[in-house]
Amino acid sequence: MSFPWANEYKPSNAFTRYLDERLPLPRFVYNAVGAGYPVPRNLNYFWNFGVLAGVALMVQIVTGIVLAMHYAAEGTIAFASVEHIMRDVNAGWFIRYAHANGASMFFIVVYTHIFRGLFYGSYKPPREMVWHLGLVIFLLMMATAFMGYVLPWGQMSFWGAKVITGLFGAIPLVGEPIQTWLLGGFAPDNAALNRFFSLHYLLPFVILGVIILHIWALHIPGSSNPTGVEVKSEQDTVPFHPYYTAKDGVGVAAFFLLFASLVFFAPNMLGHPDNYIPANPMSTPAHIVPEWYFWPFYAILRAFTVDFFFIPAKLLGVLAMFASILLLFFLPWLDTSAVRSGHYRPLFRKFFWFGLVPCVIILAWCGGAPAEEPYVIISQIASAYYFAHFLIILPIIARVETPKPLPNSITEAVLANHAGTKLQPAE
Amino acid sequence: MIRIGAFLVGLFFAGWLVVSAVMGAFAFVSEPPAKTAEKVFHKYPKDVDFSFNGPLGKYDRAQLQRGLQVFREVCAACHSLHYVSFRDFAQLGYSEGQVKTIAQEWPAETPSINPDTGEATTRKPIPTDKIPAPYANDVAARAANNNAIPPDLSLMTKARHDGSAYVYSLLTGYQNPPAELAKKFPEAMPGKTTHYNPYFANLNLAMAAPLHTDGQVTYGEGAPKPTVNQMAKDVAAFLTWTAEPKLEQRKRAGTAAVIFLLVFLGLCIGAYKNIWADKKAQA
Amino acid sequence: MDRKAGWAKVESGIMESMASLTEDSATAGGDQGGVRRRDFINVAAASFAGVGAVSVALPLINQMNPSADVLAEASTEVDVSAIAPGQAIKTIFRKQPLFVRHLTPAEIAAAEKVPTSELRDPQSLEDRTKAGHKQWLVTMGVCTHLGCVPLGAAAGEVKGEFGGYFCPCHGSHYDTAGRIRKGPAPTNLMVPEYAFTSPTVIKVG
Repeated sequence: MSFPWANEYKPSNAFTRYLDERLPLPRFVYNAVGAGYPVPRNLNYFWNFGVLAGVALMVQIVTGIVLAMHYAAEGTIAFASVEHIMRDVNAGWFIRYAHANGASMFFIVVYTHIFRGLFYGSYKPPREMVWHLGLVIFLLMMATAFMGYVLPWGQMSFWGAKVITGLFGAIPLVGEPIQTWLLGGFAPDNAALNRFFSLHYLLPFVILGVIILHIWALHIPGSSNPTGVEVKSEQDTVPFHPYYTAKDGVGVAAFFLLFASLVFFAPNMLGHPDNYIPANPMSTPAHIVPEWYFWPFYAILRAFTVDFFFIPAKLLGVLAMFASILLLFFLPWLDTSAVRSGHYRPLFRKFFWFGLVPCVIILAWCGGAPAEEPYVIISQIASAYYFAHFLIILPIIARVETPKPLPNSITEAVLANHAGTKLQPAE
Repeated sequence: MIRIGAFLVGLFFAGWLVVSAVMGAFAFVSEPPAKTAEKVFHKYPKDVDFSFNGPLGKYDRAQLQRGLQVFREVCAACHSLHYVSFRDFAQLGYSEGQVKTIAQEWPAETPSINPDTGEATTRKPIPTDKIPAPYANDVAARAANNNAIPPDLSLMTKARHDGSAYVYSLLTGYQNPPAELAKKFPEAMPGKTTHYNPYFANLNLAMAAPLHTDGQVTYGEGAPKPTVNQMAKDVAAFLTWTAEPKLEQRKRAGTAAVIFLLVFLGLCIGAYKNIWADKKAQA
Repeated sequence: MDRKAGWAKVESGIMESMASLTEDSATAGGDQGGVRRRDFINVAAASFAGVGAVSVALPLINQMNPSADVLAEASTEVDVSAIAPGQAIKTIFRKQPLFVRHLTPAEIAAAEKVPTSELRDPQSLEDRTKAGHKQWLVTMGVCTHLGCVPLGAAAGEVKGEFGGYFCPCHGSHYDTAGRIRKGPAPTNLMVPEYAFTSPTVIKVG
């Protein structure tokens, strides 16, 4: 779209010519994800995860619409209606397991997508807007996933709803009225269940809208690439179709292979057994944990155990948890290094692989563990590193680091890469 | 400006977390948290070899039928099976007539209304009914069981970690509390109405050993001897089926899906190499 | 340039592989076999994607069919021992009203008197009842016009001009054999599949 050598859409027959003059939708698709979109030729498999996230969203929307045909959002029958889906509805068990595990697949894909962006500096100018819209999508996804987990109305659903809305209760003065307003009552009940269902159905379509903006914003500068060097000539790019549709095909097949393995052979592995116990407001599970994709944030929330003078620890935890996501919005101005790709940043690279990545994994591990020692101390140290990494270390690295020399162009990088490996002659 | 603000915020969060961690570590060293009885004595479920384990596992119909018998004659006195209908027993290999008989002879009856007076009453269940509960409501269940409601068992094997093995281990795990427990944690000893079982989360449960004598249930001809072990295993298998009746369809569909997707992945890799052949050659 | 080349290859590939499929797939090992086989993979991958999509779409469509609990209630047993001659009961079959009527000898005679040739939907009482149980008229309580519930089953309801059932929505009159005699309804009240499992119990469906 943005490069002068992009292929132009040429309607091939009378009908497409007619359509092109009135509603140029085929042209739009051609330029967005077709042969009319020139893409750097050196994208690796980490660049598959944007398309995979779109696939995961579509899986969730389709299976979700189907489940909504059988689910009943009413406290006394919600749990039973899910069991009805599992036992009596034709292929209901398949659809529900696909939806539940589809959420996990969606987060696996999106986390990989985010870390791809973090390593390759995809948040840097001129792609800040792409990054910001992506974060909005991530926040919407978290809200959607949380509300979806409440719907089966099991023990974890109920207590998760209670704990998460309780976070708002930590806000001084207005906290409790806000919590009561969110729940439509003093504890999660029908009112909360119904509004969560309504919003859980709505938000995916909002996500879809923001995804369109995300892709739109991406197409202004065009896709980034593993070298971080901008496209200079036609030689640096290939048309999205068929080159990247073929490469994404490999990713999609691998995605569905993992997805099917989960759905058919370990459908409850990523869930919590307590959610097969119907919600009981009179009895709290021994160990309340959210779904795995919230564990790092849950660990940060629980890491604050000591009041800071007049600020209670509970409020600090809530602020820190929200801050841990919101700080990502400031990333384009925190990491000021002119070099995008982590490949050419020796110091950044060390802190990424030996600091940030293990830190988030440790946080996830602590978030899923009970709130007792040594997990609390470990999560405090890991949380401290998390904030330090983004707010202190990254700005300093950007100042002190001497990056490696960048290749002159993408093509040069590709050629250098291939020089080392013996080439197979084309068949 | 942004970077100065970020630096201060980062310093605050990270600094306070480090302070908290140091305080926590100090407390941990000076006053190490006491070990609880559960931490020391709770055991994870035993390893059990069920026919439905593994990616190609299937239910053993004869075992499920024996498990149903144990459930009906022992468990059903106190436990409900809310989400299962009599008609579902056709999946255990029973004919339509047999299912009808099982429903008719079930120890509990289905709540109903007297068509002449409108009074609440009960009737014999029919195949389309859900399994009737032994107690009319939670209050009745609580009153009859020393204030402890016997939980519904439809989903029990999915509501516990390693559920099938858990049910088996719990049923065969009743024992006298170890002497060490009395010495170290006298408050964790079973009371008058609770019973020691290391497979239960907090070691003492209200239910007395339901399977206590070999031959408690009389199995039909050709069946294995109804030892406590065998009965526990059979009823654990039955409760796995009640929780996951579609397990066989799921694994069968999964095998086909995974084989299909492996071939698909291979073809996609082929198509990818194929389409990129000219680009790779140029490079 | 690349794009056109790519497209042309895919297109010719589709044509060629189709041709090779229809002709003789064994010849695909010749000189141009390499090219053909490679393009065949593209087509095969796309076809697999299509097959996969269809096999996932099928359960997603099938889920709208009646679920197991609904199908299990597709047959109903009715005890008719308490229905006196001249009385009828309304019961439920597949979530719709079912009329079971114990005809009096007079009603049977009235129904048999009518020559079937005069009827809009020619059927005799015998066609509409079970052999040996001519006094038991079992019909759906659903008017064949637009699906309202006709009157006449419960005591005191209007039975219409022919002493059977009367649909108040658009004025269809049914006789004592449940046959349409007057009004807009096109056919007789539907007789569901049923059988006597004992002299006093019928199994519908």
